[in-house]
Amino acid sequence: MATPAIDVREIVKRFGDFTAVKGISFSVAPGEIFGLLGPNGAGKSTLIRMLTTLIQPTAGTALINGFDIAKQSNDVRRVIGVIPQAMTSDLELSVEENLLIYAKLYGVPRAKRQTLIHDLLESVELLQWRDKQVKHLSGGMRRRVEIARGLVHEPRIFFLDEPTTGLDPVSRTAVWEMLQRIKATRDLTVLITTHYMDEADKLCDRIAIVDHGTLVALDSPLRLKASIPGRNVLEVSFSHVPEGWEATLRSLPQVEGVTGSDHVFRINSHNGPVTTLAILETAARAGVTIQSLAVQSTTLDDVFVHYTGRALRDALQGPSAADSPFMIRR
Amino acid sequence: MARTWAIIERELRRFRRSPILIVVSMIFPLVQLVVLGYAFGGTVKHLTIAVVDQDHGLQATRIRELAGAVAAGPQTYDLVNYADQGAALTDLRNGRVNGVLTIPPGFSRRVLTQNEPKVALIADNTDSFVSATLTGTMGSLLAAFNEPATPVRVPGKAALDVVEVYPYVPYIQYLLPGSITMSIFMMVMIGGGIIFIDDKARGLHEGYLVTPITKLELVAGFNISGTIKAVLAGVVIMVIGSLVAGIPNPLDPMRMARLFLVIVVTAFALISMMFLLMVRVTDPLMPRAMFGVLNTLLYFPSGAVYPQQGFPQWMQWIAAIDPFTYAVHAFKSLLLKNTGMEAIASDMLYLVAFSVVALTAATALFKRTL
Repeated sequence: MATPAIDVREIVKRFGDFTAVKGISFSVAPGEIFGLLGPNGAGKSTLIRMLTTLIQPTAGTALINGFDIAKQSNDVRRVIGVIPQAMTSDLELSVEENLLIYAKLYGVPRAKRQTLIHDLLESVELLQWRDKQVKHLSGGMRRRVEIARGLVHEPRIFFLDEPTTGLDPVSRTAVWEMLQRIKATRDLTVLITTHYMDEADKLCDRIAIVDHGTLVALDSPLRLKASIPGRNVLEVSFSHVPEGWEATLRSLPQVEGVTGSDHVFRINSHNGPVTTLAILETAARAGVTIQSLAVQSTTLDDVFVHYTGRALRDALQGPSAADSPFMIRR
Repeated sequence: MARTWAIIERELRRFRRSPILIVVSMIFPLVQLVVLGYAFGGTVKHLTIAVVDQDHGLQATRIRELAGAVAAGPQTYDLVNYADQGAALTDLRNGRVNGVLTIPPGFSRRVLTQNEPKVALIADNTDSFVSATLTGTMGSLLAAFNEPATPVRVPGKAALDVVEVYPYVPYIQYLLPGSITMSIFMMVMIGGGIIFIDDKARGLHEGYLVTPITKLELVAGFNISGTIKAVLAGVVIMVIGSLVAGIPNPLDPMRMARLFLVIVVTAFALISMMFLLMVRVTDPLMPRAMFGVLNTLLYFPSGAVYPQQGFPQWMQWIAAIDPFTYAVHAFKSLLLKNTGMEAIASDMLYLVAFSVVALTAATALFKRTL
């Protein structure tokens, strides 16, 4: 078996009494697109910051392209490209200058710089904007500048921390298409965190779900969806709810589980059509009017909710750049 | 080293595209130079003196004539005659006059009989400058009054002859060394302090930290770029300030070269100090809050606006470690006395030692990770 591009071994990070990452292990194969999902405060960003050498692990370690993140940090930095959560391009500099400065920081030979930058700008469709200051670009275009910047030294492994957060749907789609195109033409392993389940579903080869600093699920999107009860989810709204209605719904054929509040119920079913017919008949018999009924396949959203729960998460955390009154909003 | 140059290049490209930053950091020291220079450096004129002559004798008239001569000549004050001392004192309290000169009854007779003749000056001492000016002028007036009408052929009294080594130094020129130092500090504060923390808060430093740049390369990049920006500010204010303040022969190349050296060493010392102060700061409000305190704590004890010999002991201790003190002294030596390097060698030595200590401490405190 080939050496994993990313090999995380029992990695732990503590901040005082608080343990943000509690001994996570997983590996990512070369060329894989690996998604890291989890609610806010789950430990995703801490994990990605350890893997990109921005913070040191308290215990355990990770090998990136065979290099230890704690002992061979500079070797790790040479093989990774990183797109942090915040947009960090220099607004006053032009698109090309942003890339040029980073090419120099990564020690890209002078002879290769111009060709590399040209090719990258072409890949992210920013060639015609190369001389424009970044402050004149839209949010989606700035994200594309950062993607090109992260690839300017031809890294083997690309870390993207919520690259599409804050972008409109069109820009999001553009960024993902771009990433897929770049991935297809380069020998690149991608580790990505996102809140958009549909994107993770379409693009990731495998997905890890992190919650409370631990790994709660890891598999391909297809297998993850198959791992939770029910193959279909029915969302039904009733005019009124008679006594014991939830138990009645549970007893219907092929039903795996029922959750609901007020007059709206989510029903996990092994067979959507069969359960739908049964609901229609039962409601008619009980004199309950069905106001709406939607049948859908199990999505990653359901997987996410299944493994992480639906409770609102409140957690204390350090101030971020976005909290600053002087933060330049982009 | 190539990575250090990449940081410097980035900082200077950004700097070049931020004309407002450049203007703001240079306007303040220039405005301060001109406003303070002319506000404090001028001669006090047109104070109002109430004259209450209760004697009306010949000698009282001489006093009034001498006072009238000052009013007509240097115009230090204007005279207003009062018949009633009570009214004059009321006007003094109400601020309508700055002092009351009273010539008491029998003054002329006492002068002639040499029986301790006296005139009284009642001054509003809430303004020490005004009161000192009036006391000084009136003292000179009485000295002239006491001079014999016929000069003694061979004077027996000792007299002081003052020899001034340098041409007259107007106050605006006295302030110029402080203004140049201030311009360097302003650029260090804005370009090196505020922008450094803002970049950190925006996550721009994260971008650096994921590259293979070393801690020393990063520290060198931040400090050299900050020094270059501060040197530019210092040079501009040095040239413009010298022209505005009327420094004789302002473009003398040898002096310019020495001044440039002092500007470079001062800029490096101040950016090292700023880096040490900011190296662990993450809150963008902090450098803004520190700005006023640092400005006051460094500028005023340095001797830029007032001689340090007049300071209380505790302030002299601050002055002794304040890098402004040595920069201002070196600039004064070069600008006002046109000295050579030997006069500023100890200043340069202190500033270099200060930079080494500050930068070593800052580098030790600087974290290569978040």
